[in-house]
This record gives sequence, structure tokens and C-alpha cells, in this order.
Amino acid sequence: MTSEPSARAPRVPVRKTYKLYIGGKFPRSESGRSYVINSAKGQFLANAALASRKDARDAVVAARAAYPRWSGATAYNRAQILYRIAEMLEGRRDQFVDEVATGEGLSAARAAAAVDAAVDRWVWYAGWADKIAQVYGSSNPVAGPYFNFSTPEPTGVVAVVAPQQSSLLGLVSALAPAIVSGNTAVALASEQRPLPAITLAEVLATSDLPGGVVNLLTGRVAEVSPWLASHMDVNGIDLTGVAGLGNLGADLEQAAAENLKRVKRPPAKEPSWTSADAEGLDRIVDFIETKTVWHPVGV
Amino acid sequence: MAGMKFDYAPAPESRAIVDLKSSYGLFIGGEFVDSRDGRPFKTISPASEEVLAEITEAGPQDVDRAVAAARSAFESTWSGMRPADRAKYLYRVARIIQERARELAVLESLDNGKPIRESRDVDIPLVAAHFFYYAGWADKLSYAGFGPDPRPLGVAGQIIPWNFPLLMLAWKIAPALAAGNTVVLKPAETTPLTALVFAEICQQAGIPPGVVNIVTGAGDTGRTLVEHPGVDKVAFTGSTEVGRMIAKSVAGTGKKVTLELGGKAANIIFDDAPIDQAVEGIVNGIFFNQGHVCCAGSRLLVQESVYDDVLASLKRRLTTLRVGDPLDKNTDIGAINSAAQLARIRELSEVGEQEGAERWSPPCELPDRGFWFPPTVFTGVSQAHRIAREEIFGPVLSVLTFRTPDEAVEKANNTPYGLSAGVWTDKGSRILSIAAQLRAGVVWANTFNRFDPSAPFGGYKESGYGREGGRHGLEAYLDV
Repeated sequence: MTSEPSARAPRVPVRKTYKLYIGGKFPRSESGRSYVINSAKGQFLANAALASRKDARDAVVAARAAYPRWSGATAYNRAQILYRIAEMLEGRRDQFVDEVATGEGLSAARAAAAVDAAVDRWVWYAGWADKIAQVYGSSNPVAGPYFNFSTPEPTGVVAVVAPQQSSLLGLVSALAPAIVSGNTAVALASEQRPLPAITLAEVLATSDLPGGVVNLLTGRVAEVSPWLASHMDVNGIDLTGVAGLGNLGADLEQAAAENLKRVKRPPAKEPSWTSADAEGLDRIVDFIETKTVWHPVGV
Repeated sequence: MAGMKFDYAPAPESRAIVDLKSSYGLFIGGEFVDSRDGRPFKTISPASEEVLAEITEAGPQDVDRAVAAARSAFESTWSGMRPADRAKYLYRVARIIQERARELAVLESLDNGKPIRESRDVDIPLVAAHFFYYAGWADKLSYAGFGPDPRPLGVAGQIIPWNFPLLMLAWKIAPALAAGNTVVLKPAETTPLTALVFAEICQQAGIPPGVVNIVTGAGDTGRTLVEHPGVDKVAFTGSTEVGRMIAKSVAGTGKKVTLELGGKAANIIFDDAPIDQAVEGIVNGIFFNQGHVCCAGSRLLVQESVYDDVLASLKRRLTTLRVGDPLDKNTDIGAINSAAQLARIRELSEVGEQEGAERWSPPCELPDRGFWFPPTVFTGVSQAHRIAREEIFGPVLSVLTFRTPDEAVEKANNTPYGLSAGVWTDKGSRILSIAAQLRAGVVWANTFNRFDPSAPFGGYKESGYGREGGRHGLEAYLDV
């Protein structure tokens, strides 16, 4: 005798396993570790992968491997792909509003505002891809018979310690300007609120962004970030997410000095990402190089 | 071999134009003052080892006093001055440098050891040009692309090397002052003299006291300056090793930093390059200024098919180089700047031989006194050799070969440095392709070692960060 299932019993939802995003794939941490992610109200949401030193190094390898193709893509193509990310994010707006509201403890309206701003931020930076060189490059009138010009180029592999409070908008605000110029990135998500970052990885994976251009890690900032800061094949590091974490920022900056990484220092406290000055050319410029080329002029 | 070169009669530039004092104090608050806690040291001519003057190694109290003078000048006069007036002071400085150009050139060659032909025709004209260029920016900062009203940072602590003493001073001071900052500058311990004459020039130009302060000294003085809490901005040109230390010491502070560090530039010769022009470029690339150039083309990459022709032509050309008295107008290669630098060049050259590379120098007589090293070429160099990896900072060229453009790019980029590179080919599309692939801040195509105040200069990777020159050079001195 089997009892009839009650028609009124709620459906048991299929939960998502939150994993890392490395080289376009979604592996678990090689360490086999995970950690509990609770909502802002303290309810269990998921077990996130607890990334290790090895995961960080794998992510750097993936970012380096993706660098030639991404930096060599036309600016127009990069712009289209960033815009495509905005499209995909918009399409999953409700899911992100729900995740951000739950994780950050925001009202639905404020979470929606953050998600909308994240979508718009991708669009804003997408438009910069083919304009940076015109605004930040130059033709130089040298005193001699030489053709001389300066162009911006990406700096290489950039590590991003993502903001701790704003789990989606803060991450996007740091990530989009880092990759729009052709850098590839390894981002360490907000430690306590990493779930929207991994859901964002699903968006990235379906936006024609080549695998490895963005790699996302979840785990302990104090454990993983030193390996990124000291990694000799990382060219720049954004320490925005270290704001308010005591001496960690200074320690990471010291480690970054070993191969003279370009360092975006942590602010005193996490900025408001919805304000207008959260957008700016400066976050692009932080991780570009200027190359000056000379050639004689003559017949 | 000596018969291959024309005999020249000596043609020395007169030293009479230089009026050296026997000893110099520090330039703080607009006047030369005695040190409070420093020690005297001597600066010598590297060509003769004669003592030129006694200089002060500034102590912590001296640095403190200089930073305080700079702070006071920043707040009371310079940052609030009408920008057009700041410009006028800088134009005055540029003019006085032109007026005293010969004196400065002779003094630079005396203290540094570089040929007078270079100090006279390259260093000093570029110094004047740099002040002219940035003078014009002083009242146009709102047009520079950093917002409607970009603000200066405050007091800049600046540390410069010995290879282009006055030119590096100009690269540091001109943009800093144009943007409204005040400065404390430390020249290199072996080449302080032109900076001290520059202090006099500031007096002649009527620059308000404290806007420019010059503290002489060595590493300890520099460290004190970098670590001084009253310094808002650190600008350093020098070795990657010291650059790393500076980057560590400012970690966790709000100090803005720009670093222009070492290099190991590749100079790539393709088989379609005009060989004679390329050889001139190779010689200029590595033997200009005795190879004491951070952007020197110290790794020559020659396409295999023209290797024999290029090497034969290069060696023939090197036999005509004249090594000797820096003040002689016919001299091509002057003195090595210091005994310590000479020791390093010798050591790395010996390592080059031990590691199996073949060493060659043209026959040349070196003077008995002073510090000298003949132009030297190593062939059979592999990428693993130390002479292909480490900056020698002397007249030593390491020659490697390649077959394909991809191999050339890979070898060129196979270094932690990324300051400069050269490419020689007659094919325009190849120039643009190779230039785009080279990870270096300056690429010279069918030329080498050209500099201009309007052209941004600076490195990728471990050659440092920030740019000097051009509109880009202002960014280092503005709160943006």
C-alpha cells in the first residue's frame, strides 16, 4: 500500500551546487573543502567551494592562457561581449534580485536597484572598449622627424579582491573596467556573500566571453588573497575588497611589490556603488600601460 | 687596427666655464644651508678620479627640514599661485638653462663621465625642452583630461639616478612644479653637481623659497625621504631592486608612487633591415652614454640569415669608436661612472665568459686613471645566460639570433623587464605588428634611444609604473 502523495505538498526544489569558475569550467575546489553560506538573516543558503592556494594558481594559469586572445581581440568585439553580458544579466534579473536580497539582507526594491545598476555598469564599460585609446592615447609632437604615438594596452592578468558588502554590483564595478581594456582577471568573491558571483559566472559563461578571461573564486580573503598578491604571473591587483580588514591591505601591497604589480589600494571603507562616481575611467586606467612608438619620417 | 681610424688631435672643451666651489651645503628653503646631522663626502671625476668638490650627505634632520620647507611653500605660495605665474617661473628656468647650457654640459661630463658631445647635444637641450614643455601645462591643467580642476598632491620626494643627472632632475621637477606641487629632490651620490647648480638657477629665476629643495646624499638619505610622513608623492628612477624596496616601504600609506626602473631591452634586426642604419642603431642603442641607460638595447636579436653581415659590420663600426676623455669633443664613449659600477660590469662580463659566451672588444687603449671599460660584444649568448637576463648597465652587448618573427617576439618578451625595445625592418606592416606585440613601454622602430618631453616614457612589468613625459606625465603629480 502506498499512500497517495498530497497534492498540496510543496515541490522540493532542485538546489544549485555553487562551485568555482576557472577557465570557463565550474570545478569544485581541488581541496575538497566547502563552507557554509548563510543569508543575512542567518539561514542556511548553500555550501560554497572553499578555494585553496592551488585553485588560485590554477585560476591564474587559466587567466594567462586566455590573455593573448582576449587582449588581441578587437575593441569592438570586446565591447560587444561586455554588452552581451549585460543582456544575459538582464535576462536573469529576478534570480539576481532574489539572491542579492537574500544574501545582503536588502529589500526587494533596493536589491533590484543594485541589480539594475550592475546591468547598466556592464553597458557603460562596454562602450568604453573602443574609446579608451582615443581618450587616453595621444599623438606626440616630438621635436624631430619622427612619427610618435602613445596607445593604452592592457597590463596582463589582474587579480580582483571583490568588495565584501556589495556582492554583485561591487564585483561588477571592479571586474568590468579591469577586463574591458583586454586584461584577464581572477576575482575573489565577497567572502560571506559569494553566491551572486557564482551565478554571475553562469552569465559570463553564456555571453561569448572566452573561458579564462574571468575566473571566480570563493573562499577566505585572508587565505587566498596573499597567494594572488604574491603570484609572479599576476600583473596587477585591485584591493578594493580589503577595505576595513585591518593590516591585510598593507601586507598584500607589500607582497605585490615583489614583481611590482600595479596596485589599486583599498579605500578607507567600501564606497557606495550606486552613486555616479562609482563609474569612471580611473578604474580602467589603473590597469593599463601606455606604449609609445617612434618611427622616423623621411622619404 | 689603429690604422683604420683617422687620427684626431685632442679637442677638449674648456673647463674654465665651470666655477666649482670646494664644498656645497644643502639647498633648503631657497638657500644653501649647512647640514645639521649629515656628513661630508666627496664627488670625483670618474675620468681622472680627481676630487671635484665636497658634498653633504643629508641626515634625517636635514631631510625633515627640507620636507617642512616644501610643505610650507606648498601651502603658502606655490599651490595657490595663479597657474599662469607658475608657468612663467618654469619658462624662466628653461631660459636660464639654455643660457647656462655650456656650463651645465661641461659640469655634467666632468661629474658623470659622459662624452661632452652627448651632454651638450642631448642631455642639456632636453632639460631645457622639458621645462618649456611642462611650463605650458601649468595653466592648462583643466584641459589635460583629469577633470575640470585637478589638484596637486603636495610635497613630492624625488630620487634620481646618476646616468642622466640633470635630465632626470628635469623629468621629475618640471611636471611636479607645473602641477602645483613642491619638491625635495635627492640626486645620486656620484653626480650631485648639476643639481646644485640647478638650485642656483632656481634662485636666479626667483622661484619662491622652498618650492625646490635639493638634499644630496646616498641610499640612507633617499630612504629617509621616501619614508618621511610629510611626503605625499614618491618618484624614483633607478634599479628595480631599490624600486621594489620603495614599493614595499610605501605599502599601506596614501603616498602616490611612480617608479622608472631597470630594463633589458631587445633590439630586433630583421633580414630586410637596412644593415648600415641598423648597425648605427645598435651602436647608439647600447653604447650611448656608456650603456648607462635603463632603456639600452642590451640584447641584440638578429635574424639568422643576416647574422654574419650584421656582426661583421658591427665589429667594423666598433673599431672606429673613440673611448677616452669625456671633455674631448671627438669622444664617443666616456668613463664608467663609478668604481662600483665598473666592478659590476667586469663581474657580469666574466660571468658571460664562464657561461660559455664569446667575448669580443675592439682594440682600444684605455686611460691609466679613472674608470673605463671597452665596448664589448658577446656572441653565442643563450636566453639562460646571466648576461641575457640581468641588467649590466654598461657598454656590453649580448647577441642572440632568431628565425621567425614569432620567435623574435617571444625572446624579446622573455624578461621580467619591459621598458623599451627596438625593431628594424623595411616592412611597415611588420613594424606595427611587432611593436604591438612587444611588452615594453617604448618601442623604437628603425631608430633607438630617442627622447622628447612630449613623448610618454616608462615601463611594463618590473620596469616600474607610471609615465614621464607628455600629458601622461602630469598624472603622477595630480590627485587623480
